[in-house]
Amino acid sequence: MLDKKVGKQTRRLHNPPVITATASIVGPKEGKGPLAAHFDLTVDDELWGEKTWEKAESKFVKETYAKILSNASLAANGVDYIIAGDLLNQSIASTFGLRDSGVPFYGVYGACSTIGESMGLGAMLIDGGFASNVVCITSSHFCSAEKQFRFPLELGSQRAPTSQWTVTGSAGVLLSAEGTGPFITKITTGKVVDLGIKDQNNMGAAMAPAAADTIYAHFEDTGLPHDYYDMVITGDLGSIGLEILDDLLSSNDIRIGKVLNDGGVMIFDKKQDVHAGGSGCCCCASVLAGYLYDSLKKGKLRKILLVPTGALLSPTSVQQGESIPCVAHAIVIENVIGG
Amino acid sequence: MNNTLISYISAFLVGGVICSLGQILIDKTKLTPARILVLFVTVGVFLTALGLYQKVVDIGGAGATIPLTGFGYSLAKGTFSDVDKHGLLGAFTGGIRATAGGVSAAIVFGYLVAVIFKPKAKA
Repeated sequence: MLDKKVGKQTRRLHNPPVITATASIVGPKEGKGPLAAHFDLTVDDELWGEKTWEKAESKFVKETYAKILSNASLAANGVDYIIAGDLLNQSIASTFGLRDSGVPFYGVYGACSTIGESMGLGAMLIDGGFASNVVCITSSHFCSAEKQFRFPLELGSQRAPTSQWTVTGSAGVLLSAEGTGPFITKITTGKVVDLGIKDQNNMGAAMAPAAADTIYAHFEDTGLPHDYYDMVITGDLGSIGLEILDDLLSSNDIRIGKVLNDGGVMIFDKKQDVHAGGSGCCCCASVLAGYLYDSLKKGKLRKILLVPTGALLSPTSVQQGESIPCVAHAIVIENVIGG
Repeated sequence: MNNTLISYISAFLVGGVICSLGQILIDKTKLTPARILVLFVTVGVFLTALGLYQKVVDIGGAGATIPLTGFGYSLAKGTFSDVDKHGLLGAFTGGIRATAGGVSAAIVFGYLVAVIFKPKAKA
């Protein structure tokens, strides 16, 4: 085996896959947020002309997938694999949205870390020579997620101040064996971490330890200086979780400083009444596909560490009083193949 | 000030205080809305059984009977009156009998509203 294994959790990609195209389609609230200019399309109607929110979420996936292909000028038969997942039971947003794609499909579940999980797996497929083009795509929808995890909107339930707003939309990336960058040079796969947090209205606090664990493992494995990256973006801890992460990293002597940011904090303005920030599979994914990818392409950012985080709870586990296990996967994206 | 105006103001204040307590529970505790709902109904039952909630109703009127504690008040009051009439069996029939109107109205109007309107997220 080549020296692809770097420490326990990190893998170096010898033939670093290129992110050759991205696409993101979001709902009305995201379209009014600070990152609005970077999305491919904003839809004004959360139902997008469909009868149910679940159908609408599938339509977001279907249209975003088509947009990725058209942005890449790639024919449908040029895609070797699709790796996708979402928040709905049995990942129906992804499977229903992609049922007409005619491309070999892997379904994954990592809650809001799904984009990190799918990109990590896709990058290894390409580096291993098993694929030339892999689409990694995910989705979430405020209305369907509230029904899935909390209460149906019809109940008109009050949201807790620590709660986060699920991003409506779909976003994805095309990973290719050939291209000019940006490259995925390393990945650090996260472990399931559970510090016993039970409050499902405070996911940021539950997920922060998982993010800290993966970031710590990444720097431990690679030996890179803590200020190596232009930006370290977690997602989606929200404002409360980001503060906890900062404290956790400091207490482990990891000083990332001001370049530490969070997709859930970046995607909405504080004035948008979303409480602790954004969440959902599409949150980190759309921040990557929009703002981060544009910044990498323009050279405003040159090397970033993307750390999508997921809370691996289910409605049943919450009802049974279980704590919330979480996971975070780190993806190194660089314009130039470095370290 | 005439009596009508005073009853409006006291209903507003009493109802407002009860609902504020609910908001404080949402903001400051980890209780889910469903648990707060059950808690309020149960507290209404207990306070009525102890004879305390009748005093709140005397002051607040609809401000005390409309919130969820008022539902507990109706359950307890109905139980007392049926027990007086029918003995122990009234403990099983009274609560439901007294609240039947409210429950049926909630189902009928809830259904009608669900047919007419579609919920959506605040954009």
